[in-house]
Amino acid sequence: MKRYRANLIASVAVVLVLAACGGTTSSGQGSNLKQSIGAGEGALNLVAWVGYVESGKTDPKVDWVTPFTNQTGCKINVKFADTSDEMVTLMRQGGGTQWDGVSASGDATNRLIAHGDVAEVNTNLIPDFKDVIQSLQSPRHNTINGHHYGVPYMYGPNVLMYNTDVVKPAPTSWAPTWDANSPYKGKVAAYDSPIFVADAALYLKAHNKSLGITDVYELTSKQLDAAIALLKVQAPLIKKYWAATTDETDPFSSGDMVIGTAWPYQVSFLKSEKKPVAAVVPSEGATGWADTWMISSHAQHPNCMYQWMKWTETPAVQDQVAEFYGATPSNAKACDILRKNIGDSADSDYHCGDNTFLKNIALWKTPLQECGDSRGATCTDYTIWQQKWQEVRGTK
Amino acid sequence: MAETLTRTGERLAAPPPSAVRRLRHAIGRVLYRIPAARLALLLGPILLWMVVIYLGSLGLLFVTSFWRQDSVTGAIVQNWGLTNYQFLVQEGVYRTIAIRTVGIALAVTVTDIVLAIPIAYYAARIASPRVRTLLLLSIVLPLWSSYLVRVYAWRTILSGDGVLNWSLHHVHLGSVNLGFSRWSLWIVFSYLWLPYVTLPVYAALERIPNSLIEASTDLGARWRTTFRRVILPIAFPGIVAGSIFAFSLTLGDYIAPDLVGDTEFIGNVIYQNVGIANNIPFAAAYAIVPALVMGVYLLIARQLKAFEAL
Amino acid sequence: MSRDRAIEPRSVQLGMAVVTGLVLLFLYVPLLVIMLYAFNPARSQAWPLPGLSTRWFTATWNNADVRTALLTSLKAGVGATTIALILGSLAAFAVHRFRFFGRETVSFILILPLALPGIVTGMALNSTINLGGELIGLSFSLWTIIIGHATFCVVVVYNNVIARLRRTATSLVEASSDLGADGIQTFRYVILPNIGTALMAGGLLAFALSFDEIIVTNFTSGSEITLPKWIFNNLRLPNQRPVVNVVASILLLASLIPVYIAQRLTQESGGLVSGRGAVVPANEDAVEQAAAP
Repeated sequence: MKRYRANLIASVAVVLVLAACGGTTSSGQGSNLKQSIGAGEGALNLVAWVGYVESGKTDPKVDWVTPFTNQTGCKINVKFADTSDEMVTLMRQGGGTQWDGVSASGDATNRLIAHGDVAEVNTNLIPDFKDVIQSLQSPRHNTINGHHYGVPYMYGPNVLMYNTDVVKPAPTSWAPTWDANSPYKGKVAAYDSPIFVADAALYLKAHNKSLGITDVYELTSKQLDAAIALLKVQAPLIKKYWAATTDETDPFSSGDMVIGTAWPYQVSFLKSEKKPVAAVVPSEGATGWADTWMISSHAQHPNCMYQWMKWTETPAVQDQVAEFYGATPSNAKACDILRKNIGDSADSDYHCGDNTFLKNIALWKTPLQECGDSRGATCTDYTIWQQKWQEVRGTK
Repeated sequence: MAETLTRTGERLAAPPPSAVRRLRHAIGRVLYRIPAARLALLLGPILLWMVVIYLGSLGLLFVTSFWRQDSVTGAIVQNWGLTNYQFLVQEGVYRTIAIRTVGIALAVTVTDIVLAIPIAYYAARIASPRVRTLLLLSIVLPLWSSYLVRVYAWRTILSGDGVLNWSLHHVHLGSVNLGFSRWSLWIVFSYLWLPYVTLPVYAALERIPNSLIEASTDLGARWRTTFRRVILPIAFPGIVAGSIFAFSLTLGDYIAPDLVGDTEFIGNVIYQNVGIANNIPFAAAYAIVPALVMGVYLLIARQLKAFEAL
Repeated sequence: MSRDRAIEPRSVQLGMAVVTGLVLLFLYVPLLVIMLYAFNPARSQAWPLPGLSTRWFTATWNNADVRTALLTSLKAGVGATTIALILGSLAAFAVHRFRFFGRETVSFILILPLALPGIVTGMALNSTINLGGELIGLSFSLWTIIIGHATFCVVVVYNNVIARLRRTATSLVEASSDLGADGIQTFRYVILPNIGTALMAGGLLAFALSFDEIIVTNFTSGSEITLPKWIFNNLRLPNQRPVVNVVASILLLASLIPVYIAQRLTQESGGLVSGRGAVVPANEDAVEQAAAP
């Protein structure tokens, strides 16, 4: 009970801090808003999702880092992180000075903003920002009271990937990954992060209406317990909980895994390896992510970071990333290039520029105690999700 | 004072000692008269190092386990309390994980001892000196290749389309589903620590004089009995010494379970809490568990005279 | 200790030989797999290999990150080994020559960093470095790596030196003083030659321990990349994995020489490499043989 009270106070504090961010920002950066981009510092330390910062090492033709370095002189040193939690921890190392920028998803952004780890971004310095699609111009996960804390990069759903040789007929529901009697028992994939609880909630939202789940990140304890119970039922089905992408692509390649949640990156990769995989967004919908490039409040190379944010917002680069990774660009102009390069797939697979599709993805966000609706402060916050997730992982 | 004799037999005196030399002699005299000074000079640096850097760090870790992590900002607050420990005791999952880890550590240790004894015995008592050198070399060499790469090699060997299944397929033995399981973890750990266990066992077996074995045979014992009643008891401290490393290395490993396993062990949980959740106080509290287990193991090993065999 | 012929019955000899062969096979199959995969033309990890190619060797050669990581590891290894040699031999002299309160505890404390699980040591050092960061502005760097490595490398040198000291007659030191040598001369001309090979063996083993260390280094390195850390980061990137295989194969072959040297050095002294690099004192017979010229 003490924990709940402490969490209640803490959550209210978060809300107040976020609300107060309008006047004086939590990091006091409002008055220090960068007014111009100076000379590059020659180096840039980034934390990113695998596949977001390609320098030709994977495929010599896939490289949007070398042109950037040639143009700005900023040599990039990137650390690939597997989960949002890891990204948050990395951004706080060395008092926030170790990494200049991060491609944060919605379940990391608000934590970083509240803790003062990231600085407000002057979007006037990013010329392509005005072409970003409507719903990502000022989303709640990176904009507080009109103050932007990053520039949007890519977004996409967590798709259901499956082995077309083994999984027949093609699945239309997440059921094969949740059903205790699944024919693919022991060969299912799941994401190794507490945020995966939302996927369980998503399934329950469609199949157990009595629980009354509306937002999969705003779960009361009863709803959370139901989701955890479902995850524990799923545990014996799972071959391995993946965090590193190779922990999913390796078993899919070798046939040890045949179905499960994946990022478009894994789908693209396995297809490039000529493996029989396909992906689908099932009927229950999907969780997903919209990633934002954020700059550390204590960045050692702020000019290079701004240069990078400018660079990655351009349609050409966004198109390159989209085609390699499989994610959807935030810049609407990139959709034109995408359509030109891959044709109808840009709309049918990528749903490029489709605001409705984006709204239907349950984008990752940090669960807070404050439900944000009539239920008040009765929801479970992320620390509880983390504890419960440990229970799930410990049972296997 | 050194003296030299010239050809005509005159004694020549050596030049008087330089200032540096006199200083050295003065220091030497002091050190000679005060043994404690010599001891302090010799022991001081290392003791200072170990106490400040190592024991101090362990102490700090212990202290950190009583603090808390702020649930909103994630910062460490120095709110003293037993919350972390209470949580560890209350939540059954941490007990499950701890028992599971100790279980596999024991399994790996026993496996390694069973595998080590024949090869150590052969090298120590049966092989010719040249073969012995070669054998010892071959046992030690794997340790010089990268630990990570060896784990990854097993990951590919044990995967669905890896060497193991390919070989089984070729001898028409079907296939196994060992990838990412407790079995693969057991195999990998046993593989990794085998050289560490073999060497102390080798040393212990090598030390047994032939005369004892001959005496045992003279008394009418078959080799099997001699092994059980004479050889094993004498080699026991060495076996325990070797087991220390197999047990300790398995207990705290956080990399192999992630690469070839599918479940959580103490190491994983601690590492995730440090590197991902940044809940260092809780990780510190959980880290006390393997430290305690190992402490008990070491005390038992010391009683069994394993330290003399190290 | 050499033996003219084994006294075990033939069936036992044969049985032991067979099991030995199987265990050796167990030890070496993964190493062979690694070396084979270094010649894998594709980047996938499937078996059997589609062919043989040296393309990854070229890729490794051109990879600047590998060279940087290798250099960092070498620097850390040399630094840690130097500190371990100095502190380890000093400790060995102290424990060997003097009887003082807490003598047995010294060896216990020295072996703790190796005997306690690496994650405990790593976390402990990490906390201290963070605290040092707050108090005196200490930051993660090559030096924190070296300090971490030295802490558990000391015992390796200590064990080697003290085993050798136990076999060196103390009368030699007295004789040297009788002949008029002061402390430093005695050390230089009498003691050092005697423990020289033990120091080399201990140093080699300490270096090997530091060079391949990842468990503790993850906690003490910050943004410095040692070779094991580079391997750790790159094993999860499908296009870098083959490069890692090449690096590992080269390391394995390159280490044949140091291993052989370390083996010869410790065998000459009558002891051998054991434990995590500790030296086991030879049995009583060998001690008497060594003492008598």
